[in-house]
Amino acid sequence: MKNRLFYFIPYSLWLILFVGAPIVLMLGESFLSISHHFTLANYQDFLGSGTYLQMTFNSVWYAFLITLITLIVSFPTALFLSNLKYKQFWLLLIILPTWINLLLKTYAFIGLLSKDGSINHFIELLGFAPQQLLFTEASFVLVAAYIEIPFMILPIFNSINEIDRSLINASYDLGATKWQTFRRVILPLSADGIRAGIQAVFIPSLSLFMITRLIGGNRVITLGTAIEEHFLVTQNWGLGSTIGVVLIIAMIITMALTRERKKRGRK
Amino acid sequence: MKKLIYAALGILLATGLLALGAKHFENAQSAATGDGHSGKVLNIYNWGAYIDPALITKFEKQTGIKVNYDTFDSNEAMLTKIQQGGTSYDITVPSDYTVQKMKQLGLLQKLDHRKLTTLKYYDPFIMNRAFDPHNAYSVPYFWGTLGITYNDKYVKAKDVQTWNDLWNPKFRNDIMLTDDARDVFGFALISMHKSVNTTSNADLLAAKGKLDALTPNVKAIAADEIKMYMAQDQAAIAVGYSGDASEMIAENSHLHYVIPKGGTNLWFDNLVIPKNAKHVAAAYKFINFINEPKNAAQNAEYIGYSTPNWAAKKLLPKSITDQKEFYPDDDMIKGDQVYTNLSQYKTQQYNDLYLEFKMNRH
Repeated sequence: MKNRLFYFIPYSLWLILFVGAPIVLMLGESFLSISHHFTLANYQDFLGSGTYLQMTFNSVWYAFLITLITLIVSFPTALFLSNLKYKQFWLLLIILPTWINLLLKTYAFIGLLSKDGSINHFIELLGFAPQQLLFTEASFVLVAAYIEIPFMILPIFNSINEIDRSLINASYDLGATKWQTFRRVILPLSADGIRAGIQAVFIPSLSLFMITRLIGGNRVITLGTAIEEHFLVTQNWGLGSTIGVVLIIAMIITMALTRERKKRGRK
Repeated sequence: MKKLIYAALGILLATGLLALGAKHFENAQSAATGDGHSGKVLNIYNWGAYIDPALITKFEKQTGIKVNYDTFDSNEAMLTKIQQGGTSYDITVPSDYTVQKMKQLGLLQKLDHRKLTTLKYYDPFIMNRAFDPHNAYSVPYFWGTLGITYNDKYVKAKDVQTWNDLWNPKFRNDIMLTDDARDVFGFALISMHKSVNTTSNADLLAAKGKLDALTPNVKAIAADEIKMYMAQDQAAIAVGYSGDASEMIAENSHLHYVIPKGGTNLWFDNLVIPKNAKHVAAAYKFINFINEPKNAAQNAEYIGYSTPNWAAKKLLPKSITDQKEFYPDDDMIKGDQVYTNLSQYKTQQYNDLYLEFKMNRH
């Protein structure tokens, strides 16, 4: 028993120093005014301002869109991958883009989406006039979804891959159609992967901010933009921390909604 | 497991060899620069891409001082880092209103003018500005204006001569704005003949209202990327600094820069020595070195910004100094306004209104 505690020391130190302490500091800071006195004004400012509420709505709404799109793309992909012969190889191809720096990928998209970029060339080839693709809400969602997709595919793939093939065969043997097998066997058994994927995509999407400027041209303003501004420009760390606290609360809610259900197995 | 250990050992070995190699070249270099002043260093904290790297090498060779060079991308980021005090820099390059703010916060050393042998080379009209009277704490590095860059493929010169021209419905979804509350409110305030440093609520709200009306014309609000977008014909008009404009023009000959009639913002980037600097003597040496007319001219030609050094200006090719938009006549910038530092409360108000302006764009 003593030994086990000993092994836990490095990780618990890490947790306390780099997870616990920053959250406590941020929570404390969010109750401080600019002159470092205790105040609730930051929360009043946040909740009493249409701008911040709108921004919160934007953050949640765009994170929802990004998650939905990645989920729609990822689930069939993962299902398809798990039936392939060299699945580890194909999976590697999907993971590969995550090795490239986020900023580099974003810059690559600037080239693709620009006025005379590849995508517009293609559109012209089809006989349509070139479109303004950069600096639109749609391009922001597209690029964000592209960046997050591997983090959705991976957990779903893992959970589908772990399903015992004999369960699926048994389902067919007992006369279930393809759809019924999918609905009653594959989907419930991959639910944990889907939940993990949603967490892995939704939570970081809440506070995206570089892409909002580079691809969205600041047409999409999320809470991340406001945090950067309060910490750098206005130096109002209190209000910046308050927004951080709001984001953490949003994350906790997401975790709670997507947590593993305990009552598995009962009909 | 064995494989992992071998891989780890391999990485350690490779990085070790690389470090040894780097050290070896460094020693060879310091041996080449001669006398054993190996302990002497100078820590410079400057904007990204804001010096000719050849000049740093030249300075190191001439003085035997090793230069450590770090960069930042906004006044605010620089100020925050200096304020935290974790690293001590010997020279940094704040803009006008940030000099004032750093002075108020007690972050700057008073300059000893007797040690500044190159003070005589500065253009008098650039000196002794309100943000730092008598240049007690700062000397200018580069200067310029806020203005309009346009692409002659899409826009005629006569259509963009004043700030108010930006509101022309013709320019729907054509304009890129620099992502800075002071600059965006600055030109809106100037277009209404108000001060860029106004603290009046009525002026600010009126400027915000006027900016909201600009919304349909705004294509994007971005930062350094604007240079790339403009160079690639992505947008017709950009609002930004003259220095950035000269960089864009170097890449795309269809671009032109205009100092709007009716006034604009005049800005200065300045060399200062932070209070906690550790190598003050080296800092003075560097300031004098970079202001040697020959070096200042080389730097100005490399970066493309306007030099405050009249002797250097004489050394620059006529094709550069004849450009009135970068070396304007006195009457072109007579009514121009320099930013002064705003109180925390007003900074917040500018930025809150600016955030609202950005939010309402759809």
